[in-house]
Amino acid sequence: MSTDTVSSTASSPASNKAKSVAGEYLTFVLGSEEYGLEILKVQEIRGYDAVTQIANTPDFIKGVVNLRGKIVPIVDLRIKFHLGKVEYDEFTVVIILNLNGRVVGIVVDGVSDVMALKDDQIRDVPSLVTSIDTKYIVGLATVEARMLILVDIEQLMSSQEMALIDSVAVH
Amino acid sequence: MTIDMSQFYEVFFDEAEELLAEAERLLLGIEIDNPDSEELNAIFRAAHSIKGGAATFGFMDMTEITHVLENLLDKIRKNEMALTAEHVDAFLAAKDVLKMEVDGHRLATPVDEDQVADVKKMLSLLTEAGGIVIKPAPVAVMPVTTPEPVPVAAPEPVVAVRADGLTQFHIYLPEISDKDAGNLKEELGLLGDVVSSQNEQGRYVLVLTTDSSQADIVSICSFVLDPDDLVISLAPIAYTAAVAEPVVAAAVAPAPVASAPVSSTPVEAKTSTKSGVAIHEEVGYGLFSEDGTKDVEEGYGFFAPFTPHADAVVATLIDDNTIATEANSGKAEVVVAHAAEQVERRSPGRRESDKAPASAETSSIRVGIEKVDQLINLVGELVITQAMIEQRISHLDPVQHEPLINSVGQLTRNTRDLQESVMSIRMMPMDFVFSRFPRMVRDLAAKLGKKVEFVTIGATTELDKGLIERIVDPLTHLVRNSVDHGIETPEKRRAAGKAETGVLTLSAAHRGGSIVIEVTDDGAGLNRAKLLEKAAKNGLDVSENMSDTDVFALIFAPGFSTAEVVTDVSGRGVGMDVVKRNIAAMNGVVEIRSALGYGTTISIALPLTLAILDGMSVSLGNSIYVIPLNLIVETLQPRAEDIKTVTGEGRMVHVRGEYLPIIALHSLFNQHTDITDPTQGVLVLLEADGKKSALFVDRLVGQQQVVIKSLETNYRKVPGVSGATIMGDGCVALILDVAALIQMGQSTNYLTGAMSFSNNSNQTIQSSNA
Repeated sequence: MSTDTVSSTASSPASNKAKSVAGEYLTFVLGSEEYGLEILKVQEIRGYDAVTQIANTPDFIKGVVNLRGKIVPIVDLRIKFHLGKVEYDEFTVVIILNLNGRVVGIVVDGVSDVMALKDDQIRDVPSLVTSIDTKYIVGLATVEARMLILVDIEQLMSSQEMALIDSVAVH
Repeated sequence: MTIDMSQFYEVFFDEAEELLAEAERLLLGIEIDNPDSEELNAIFRAAHSIKGGAATFGFMDMTEITHVLENLLDKIRKNEMALTAEHVDAFLAAKDVLKMEVDGHRLATPVDEDQVADVKKMLSLLTEAGGIVIKPAPVAVMPVTTPEPVPVAAPEPVVAVRADGLTQFHIYLPEISDKDAGNLKEELGLLGDVVSSQNEQGRYVLVLTTDSSQADIVSICSFVLDPDDLVISLAPIAYTAAVAEPVVAAAVAPAPVASAPVSSTPVEAKTSTKSGVAIHEEVGYGLFSEDGTKDVEEGYGFFAPFTPHADAVVATLIDDNTIATEANSGKAEVVVAHAAEQVERRSPGRRESDKAPASAETSSIRVGIEKVDQLINLVGELVITQAMIEQRISHLDPVQHEPLINSVGQLTRNTRDLQESVMSIRMMPMDFVFSRFPRMVRDLAAKLGKKVEFVTIGATTELDKGLIERIVDPLTHLVRNSVDHGIETPEKRRAAGKAETGVLTLSAAHRGGSIVIEVTDDGAGLNRAKLLEKAAKNGLDVSENMSDTDVFALIFAPGFSTAEVVTDVSGRGVGMDVVKRNIAAMNGVVEIRSALGYGTTISIALPLTLAILDGMSVSLGNSIYVIPLNLIVETLQPRAEDIKTVTGEGRMVHVRGEYLPIIALHSLFNQHTDITDPTQGVLVLLEADGKKSALFVDRLVGQQQVVIKSLETNYRKVPGVSGATIMGDGCVALILDVAALIQMGQSTNYLTGAMSFSNNSNQTIQSSNA
């Protein structure tokens, strides 16, 4: 589904050369790493509220919350990426994403900044073994000696391993 | 400029269906011996509106049939023909055909052309037959002793019948110069035969005999003059005497009022070249003009009651002004019928009684259902938010915060009112469903040779539109069953000492948070012994000491029918299980009450709307789940000796002689709870799809109505969960899918559930609080 947007066509490192990934990114922190995602996918940022657990789901799916009458699933990226200490306190932040009409919340350690990145700041991702497929990483950006990992959040959230969408959910 | 007409199709279809339903209702209610002229007019109007719409959209098949229908109706409503039961049957058949054609256009369902042709033929036959047996024109009321065949000067109208299918138009021109009139005559000459004449006011009257349509004439005339000033009337030549006759009467009737010497009108002079009908009409016009009617606005004459041209509907685009003559009263009445451009599909020949109902049409608007649903959703949010506010201020000191508490109280009331009114938008009266049954019952009873009186109670009871649409099929089955199996034949009824006519009652009423619809007949009732015998024969597990309710419920079993003879009405035993399934799908419950020899009542209880569910909330660990209330049989706290195991694993509970499997929700959902012993918690006995199970949860929390939200909008389907809802405190609670839970409990998960009991819940803890 939803592979028709600009960001999701840039799903593999090979296509990055042809496709510009420059734009504004919201950066967030997971453990000691900094990540960035396209700002236009973000609907809002809010604190972590009590979630309602859902039976028989992967541990990174925390459950669902009531977002002004909508039932929205919450994914903890720290658990998914095996990063950071998984604690829930008043500083825990949930980024609410709107991915082609589907609303999903992601739990991160903190939100840091909104940055405009140019093409020449963004590098390709070398082949690595990580807990997520590198195809969901559109590039690495260098900002004042810090490294930003730019993720294709839409592609990632609709991927099979996130089990967020029916058609790919396996049981 | 091209307009995509298809965007208006839906509107037409909706309207056509409404009109058909209305026409049917009126037809069924009509008194054959003494028909109410208002009702006849209303039926005529419905047929006419459909015809107009169909012609506009180019559905010629519908135009054709409505056209013949209209012809016949027109005669009847003008008292030229007496209404008979045969007519009503023909009208109903025509209604069915029209419905079929609407469906054909709308849903591409097949249309039975033979049936269409049959009905058309039947209608035409009836129309012609009526021409012979004319009810005498109401001479009694007429003040004038008008000779029916206007003597010498005018030949019998019968002469006017022409077989060439040409139409004669009378075109009344406004005051224009002789030159223009001459030009116009020449132009019109291209279309057919034109004869021009001048009346007293020096205006030209052109009589055109042509096979072209009125629209063609208008377009030609518009070169010379403003079409709005033009008055065109139809004088169909191919016309029978029967119809023409009252026209004559009507035309002559006002004679004494006008006291005009008929023979002196100059118009008549030229009519010697024309046919009979033309003469009569001319006489009429002549009279009116002599009456001093100078203004074109008031028009001349009347139009022929119906038009031979299918596209005559275009005529309504012209702003015509007609004088309708009321033959009955013998006096002329002026009707200014402004045919509005596009919507008003009115016939030029309508009578004054048509004016009255116009105001009723503007009192409602058509709104897309999704808009209403969105509104309902938003109000739902408001109600939740309001509940949250109320909960938050409940901790405040009432003395210190009195104004705030008062304001919130007011907000609560307003919100509740708002919610009620918004919910009522989706609500429709049960009449919408009930109104289709009188016809069905009437036809069925006739077919089966039974006498049935059909009574409806509580037709104004309102129900959600979504449910209304879904209740129709089950209810149709039940009504059909009652007529076929319930109510006995007149002979049997007489033998049983009952009135020959059976009574079938359809009632609807609000009871608590649900609506109860009942189908009651005073027929034979269900025979308990026969049911048991039949069930035993079908291999169903029955015993003599089953309760009546259980025995009666057997008729819902698939393939179960006690009817000795299978008719095309019912008796195949496929209906009732479908009925039960459909009603269960609506979260409804069916119940049967019956007494042998006295009748049967089948009672359906439905929730008021699909968006709201009566639920029992239960707790498990720190979460709350909602179970649909209608699927809960009972709840109990088991004693230790009632819990049995099979091979030390599968757990069951012994309830009143039955062994029911226990489904432990905490192990099924892998959720932590401190209560793992059924004797410490609560067992909720559930029944879905005929299977019973005991669901083991921690506690019952309470019973409440919840608004159903979809999980799938932003997430995906979760096994065992049918949806979610938002509780008063803003938290999300999941609604359990009982049928799926029972299924899950019986498959693999049940084993693990049993094991977690024996392992004393070690594995359930680890999954908690991740």
